[in-house]
Amino acid sequence: MMTNQGNRVTQGQFSFLPDLTDAQIVKQIEYALKRNWAVSVEYTDDPHPRNTYWEMYGNPMFDLKDPAGILMEINGCRQTFPNHYVRVMAFDSTRGWETPRMSFIVNRPKNEPGFSLERAEADGRSIRYTTRSYASGRPEGERY
Amino acid sequence: MSAPENLPLDLEALYRDSNVRDALEALDRELVGLVPVKTRVREIAALLLVEKLRRSVGLQAEAPPLHMSFTGNPGTGKTTVAMRMASILHGLGYVRKGHLVAVTRDDLVGQYIGHTAPKTKEVLKRAMGGVLFIDEAYYLYRPENERDYGQEAIEILLQVMENQRDDLVVIFAGYKDRMERFFSSNPGMASRVAHHVDFPDYAEEELFEIAALMLGRMQYALDESAAQALREYIALRRARPHFANARSIRNALDRARLRQANRLFERRGAALVPSDLMTIEADDIRASRVFRAGAGETR
Repeated sequence: MMTNQGNRVTQGQFSFLPDLTDAQIVKQIEYALKRNWAVSVEYTDDPHPRNTYWEMYGNPMFDLKDPAGILMEINGCRQTFPNHYVRVMAFDSTRGWETPRMSFIVNRPKNEPGFSLERAEADGRSIRYTTRSYASGRPEGERY
Repeated sequence: MSAPENLPLDLEALYRDSNVRDALEALDRELVGLVPVKTRVREIAALLLVEKLRRSVGLQAEAPPLHMSFTGNPGTGKTTVAMRMASILHGLGYVRKGHLVAVTRDDLVGQYIGHTAPKTKEVLKRAMGGVLFIDEAYYLYRPENERDYGQEAIEILLQVMENQRDDLVVIFAGYKDRMERFFSSNPGMASRVAHHVDFPDYAEEELFEIAALMLGRMQYALDESAAQALREYIALRRARPHFANARSIRNALDRARLRQANRLFERRGAALVPSDLMTIEADDIRASRVFRAGAGETR
């Protein structure tokens, strides 16, 4: 059974929904800015679920009042890396939180081949699992 | 496109509902003099209101160009008016947030290759949704050094001013003659700045009014002889170098407060009533070095 049509990577918020439009992205950013979270744009072509640290596209943006500046960065990143995953994160610096409060994908490769699941037989009858992106066999920058 | 010809329109209601009226009235009330500036601001506000009304009935109304240039000597109120302008534009919905980001060359131009673009973009991103106020903008352009990074900042600015007109309004400010030179050597910039507002110097009487307003806001009062002393002070100070209009007056008042506090402190132990704390006397002003010819209290 195929539960995830097209092997879409489902990381972060809204990832089971159709891609957000720019207007929807702006609304989400508006929400983050209203709470004084620092928004940043990141990209990667290695979307393994354990790869939490993506490359930063510019610095996190502090002291912004309006989403237009962030949308400008998102579009800049999309233009530079049209076939990478691009995500928007909102970091909450409040003491006690100090963590990303939002994270969602705003750009994906046209073709997402998905992940393979490898089973390694270990001692006895135990099995160890490894997920590997079909795309990650090739070097960085040529994966999608 | 066919617009309904005889539909009655209510400009008054639009004016009332936007908070432009408050901003314009505050401009009149809190800023002394500056008649040409107030007229221009009023004209711009009227244009924007009418554009908005035109759009509401489906008439051709492209977003009017809003980038401005404020010229005038130091202390004539350019930053203050820019702040009001931001709230007027916000009230009419031409900028989304209505904040003012004030910067100078140092905030835009980097120190090495590749430093300028991110720095300028950073500032532009912060200003989006509001007004970017570039003080002494002519320093961005240094023709004597062809490798100056200022040119790069100007190009990025121009690009954003043109492509993201809905996202931010840029106000350039500085001395009149140098701004004119700046615009004549950057024709691309000049053609994108629609409104040129010139801030005149204040007359003596206006400066005195400003002083009175400032003192009122700080809850101080002048006694009669002090008012006379202040008038004389203003006349003398105006003739001296480095006179910065309202800013010089504010500094003079700050020094008078200092002397007043010192005077009260010197005779501590004597009976004191609240009005003593409020009153600035002639001596507090006359102690200024401006009254002693040739001495060097400036600014």
